[in-house]
Amino acid sequence: MSVLAILEQRGGVWHRMSWETLAAAQQLGAELQQPVSAAVVGHDVSAPAGELAGKRLERVHAIEHALLKEYTADGYAEALGQLVAGVKPRVVLFPHTYQVRDFAPKLATALDRVLVSDVVAHRVESGELVLVRQLFQGKINVDVRFAGEPPYFASVQAGAYRADKVEAGSARIEKFTPEISAATIRTKPLEWFRESQRAVDLTAADIIVSVGRGIKEAENIPIVQKLADALGAELAASRPICDNGWLPMERQVGSSGQTVSPKMYVAVGISGAIQHLVGMKGSKTIVAINKDPEAPIFEVADYGIVGDLFQVVPALVEEIKKAKG
Amino acid sequence: MKIVVCIKQVPARDSMLRVDTSRPWIQEADLSHEINEPDAYALEEGLQLKEKHGGEVVVLCAGPARAAQTIREALAKGADRAIHIEEENLGGFDPLGLARVMAAALQAEQPDLVLTGLQSDDLGYGQTGVILAEVLGLPHATIIMQVEKQDGTIRVKRELEDGWFQHVEMPLPALLTIQSGINKLRYATLMGIKKAKTKEVKRLTTAELGGARQPAIRFARVYLPEKTKHSQIFDGPPKEAAAKLVEKLKFEARVL
Repeated sequence: MSVLAILEQRGGVWHRMSWETLAAAQQLGAELQQPVSAAVVGHDVSAPAGELAGKRLERVHAIEHALLKEYTADGYAEALGQLVAGVKPRVVLFPHTYQVRDFAPKLATALDRVLVSDVVAHRVESGELVLVRQLFQGKINVDVRFAGEPPYFASVQAGAYRADKVEAGSARIEKFTPEISAATIRTKPLEWFRESQRAVDLTAADIIVSVGRGIKEAENIPIVQKLADALGAELAASRPICDNGWLPMERQVGSSGQTVSPKMYVAVGISGAIQHLVGMKGSKTIVAINKDPEAPIFEVADYGIVGDLFQVVPALVEEIKKAKG
Repeated sequence: MKIVVCIKQVPARDSMLRVDTSRPWIQEADLSHEINEPDAYALEEGLQLKEKHGGEVVVLCAGPARAAQTIREALAKGADRAIHIEEENLGGFDPLGLARVMAAALQAEQPDLVLTGLQSDDLGYGQTGVILAEVLGLPHATIIMQVEKQDGTIRVKRELEDGWFQHVEMPLPALLTIQSGINKLRYATLMGIKKAKTKEVKRLTTAELGGARQPAIRFARVYLPEKTKHSQIFDGPPKEAAAKLVEKLKFEARVL
């Protein structure tokens, strides 16, 4: 029995959450008193596997196959299913990336298991694993326990574990060549692309004022624009605002938009779903204005005002103008 | 093209949630409910594909009796008919157990395309679509921002992280999980609401569809998250709160 971390890289470039997941696996291994291994998948993974060989792990599984050159859910689930069947780990951890969301539930289902997705913390109680997840967009937490037989599958939320806690060491690399036929892979992945050059580089802004659902209507956007102007800030938004076309997509902060860490981030009418938080929680000073005192945004805020943004924001603009003289 | 859209009814977004002390869940009695937002986008995509290519949109919903309201709303927007898997205790199912029941309900349908939202606003597993695809033996793609039907295949635009996208081609039948914002949601028309009353809603029970199996995971405890960061919160009259905040920003955080 062991802990297996299945890590994500593309063409030798690591997904940053891979290290967070590796740190989680090492902590879990220590607490469960079980050896920890890591797996990396691709066509030629000698470089990333070599890098993993310098970490405190029992083994590094280098899963290589020509049909794994480009990611497909069919290819990855097939290859990893074969590895897991052979290795028989107790716990299998993934980073909760978009790619993992695409294949890990399929892999778990094929093995008649249920993946516990988007885990924010864990503990071990009398040798049993308890995983903490968020419900209702972060408003409620739940402790989840596994009821059936291992392997237990879980994916780890961005930022839940610290990448700098990964312990160095040395590990043996084991090559694993899965049996995959071209017919297994039903989807045809094409090139990655970006929509257009971003005209707005939010990452360069010192101050960002960001607006969310609380603004209610497109016609109300000028209310927060005035706050941005008073602060000399760039205007940004959470996803629903851009989805509705009230602000252009290039002003979106969050997992599908830009990741920012300005000196000050002012979140107006943003409840703080994790998809938004991952894009801004590195900001130096975070200010939140929201009518719901239980909104998850207050979890990351340094300063907050609980109240109606339609009254608070104009008052704030006045006070800022006064303070700036 | 026969399109099945899976929808879920969830507590309304603005709900003030309270933990239920008698079971590991929230108090549901006083909540109002609505369609899970990503599922609304999946429904809209289904309706637009039908308008372009012809065929039928069938709504599939597993949920208690109150979900009938959400199903009616989907029919009012233009879905042709619905299947309601009536289950008062969805908590007795894990995501795989529920997907098996949904797959059983689709046995007789043989859809060309199955659409779901990418995740639910309540449980947020983001898995039901992918699990359902595996149980049905269909290829799938997730977090989809565009669907183009070609001859016997589809070409979809998959959202990746950090502003990247990728096109993926796959044969039909297939399953897609739809990202919010893929399209512009429509409102039900008065005519639509009227017509919805006459549309077919097939009611099935989970028992007829194979029933619950032993869940592989269970909720041990549901609770409000502990505050980990010490935030300074100002309330009271807006002008006073704003003045206090500005003072802090100027002299403590020194960002003004």
